[in-house]
Amino acid sequence: MNQEIRDKYEVVIGLEVHAQLQTESKIFAADATAFGAAPNTHISPITLGHPGTLPKLNKKAVEYAIRLGLAVGSEISKYQHFDRKNYFYPDLPKGYQITQDKTPICIGGGVKVKLSTGEKTVRFHHIHLEEDAGKSLHQEGSSDSLLDYNRAGTPLVEMVTEPEIKSAEEAAQFVTEVRKLVRYLQICDGNMEEGSLRCDVNVSVMLVGSKVFGTKVEIKNMNSIRFIQKAIEYEIVRQIEAIESDEKIIQETRNFDPATGRTSGMREKESMNDYRYFAEPDLPPLHISEEWIQSVKSQMPALPWELFEKFIQHYKLPEYDAGVLTDTREIAEYFESTVSFTNNYKAASNWVMGSVKSFLNENSLEISDFGISPARLAQLIQLVDDGKVSNSVASQQIFPEMLLDLTKTPLQIAESKNLIQQSNTDTLQTLIDEVLANNEAKVKEYKNGKKGLLAMFMGEVMKKSKGSADPKVTSVLLQKSLEN
Amino acid sequence: MKIDQESLQKIAHLARLEVKPEEEAEMLSSLNSVLTWMEELNEIDTENVKPLTHITLEINALREDKVIPSISRAEGLFNAPKQDGEYFRVPKVVE
Repeated sequence: MNQEIRDKYEVVIGLEVHAQLQTESKIFAADATAFGAAPNTHISPITLGHPGTLPKLNKKAVEYAIRLGLAVGSEISKYQHFDRKNYFYPDLPKGYQITQDKTPICIGGGVKVKLSTGEKTVRFHHIHLEEDAGKSLHQEGSSDSLLDYNRAGTPLVEMVTEPEIKSAEEAAQFVTEVRKLVRYLQICDGNMEEGSLRCDVNVSVMLVGSKVFGTKVEIKNMNSIRFIQKAIEYEIVRQIEAIESDEKIIQETRNFDPATGRTSGMREKESMNDYRYFAEPDLPPLHISEEWIQSVKSQMPALPWELFEKFIQHYKLPEYDAGVLTDTREIAEYFESTVSFTNNYKAASNWVMGSVKSFLNENSLEISDFGISPARLAQLIQLVDDGKVSNSVASQQIFPEMLLDLTKTPLQIAESKNLIQQSNTDTLQTLIDEVLANNEAKVKEYKNGKKGLLAMFMGEVMKKSKGSADPKVTSVLLQKSLEN
Repeated sequence: MKIDQESLQKIAHLARLEVKPEEEAEMLSSLNSVLTWMEELNEIDTENVKPLTHITLEINALREDKVIPSISRAEGLFNAPKQDGEYFRVPKVVE
């Protein structure tokens, strides 16, 4: 699209992020929430919406929502009730979804996102609790849709942002931060592929400076951050082009097709926009006391941005390192555990960001699957710090060996493979003397000012020591010998 | 507030009820008389009355997060008009 035309418009995006809470049981019933079970095996009369059943609220779901609200600085609503959102769709067994329309559990709050243009806080309008729907499967050629109600009743928090996101990049960064946060809080596994975290995107465009939002389009059920970004980028261009050619934007729900990178209007048999909310009579109101909030607060895990600051302030790491290490709670914990055994924070950071992470990436493993304990990694760092092995020997020879045999210490490996650096000055001096004696002509050149030859002598000593000479000690001894 | 034929049909559709043309007149008059009756409530001054959402005084009926197995799949599917032993089957919902 022509940049001049693009620049005439301002983009307005609001997101609704749904996160499945990691409870064992459902929000209003005791059947399991585990993902991947055989269809319709995690059901109960409550989940299926049979007459005469009585839902009962899961305490943990409430506490997880409070935990989230406290983390993002929301106000926790003291007096709440649930509402029925009425519509007919086969994945909704009762004919209504239990949600919070009038009294969402969290009001306000926000999440900081880092953008190429700086930092910005995306604010929440509110966060509310609700139940997930079942899953429908549509088979090619069949006249039926298949319904699996295992997911129905899984607790969800829906995070609704203010319409103040300005670009696809910002939306993607926001979802990345939210995903990181819920995983840190251990309230949601953040698995977008399995649908634990999903996102509805509202996009509209308007002329720069306009006071009135354009007609918005909703893109539903996005389950990948990359797709969210692509769908928004596509939708912005589509809407601007439509307006530029005097077409009207229709307020509608659109689907994103990852294969084509385009969005298209959903051919729904019915628009479902008259939900006739009313207070759920089957669930008594929920009152949240200050003591309850305090007890949730006291069990609050460390937050990603707190660790980020700590890694910079306390461990004196560069921002880049702090960012990489706090990307997931598990990596951050591994790092913190490692530095409880060594004071060389930067070395620990380099190891975790380098060798450890690349090993995990290459083998598609999580840090929880990683065999080398933080204590062992710290021993390896110590070995380098003591000058017993060089960094490259440590990463190229000892580290791979440690992975193969988790019972051996780095020192045992270094000794058994003869990798301990020669820092014994007597042994090294003998080698140096030999090298200098064999290269008399070069020694003369060096003494006549060709100082660059030092590297050549270093190489020769290294060769003679079979790579075990401590470079620092060797260099000092070598220069001393040459100056004589 | 007065219900007209159009809103009657809309409400009926939202509840998936079919109102036959010969039933419309009776349905309209009965709905309107209910609404008129309810409108008497508007005459009461509720300025200082908190909204009442529930008639019991009970609050915070909570359960611990514990899985208790319930009915089997076969039992769950038992009453379904159409099912295949694994899934509930319904007329296709997307085109």
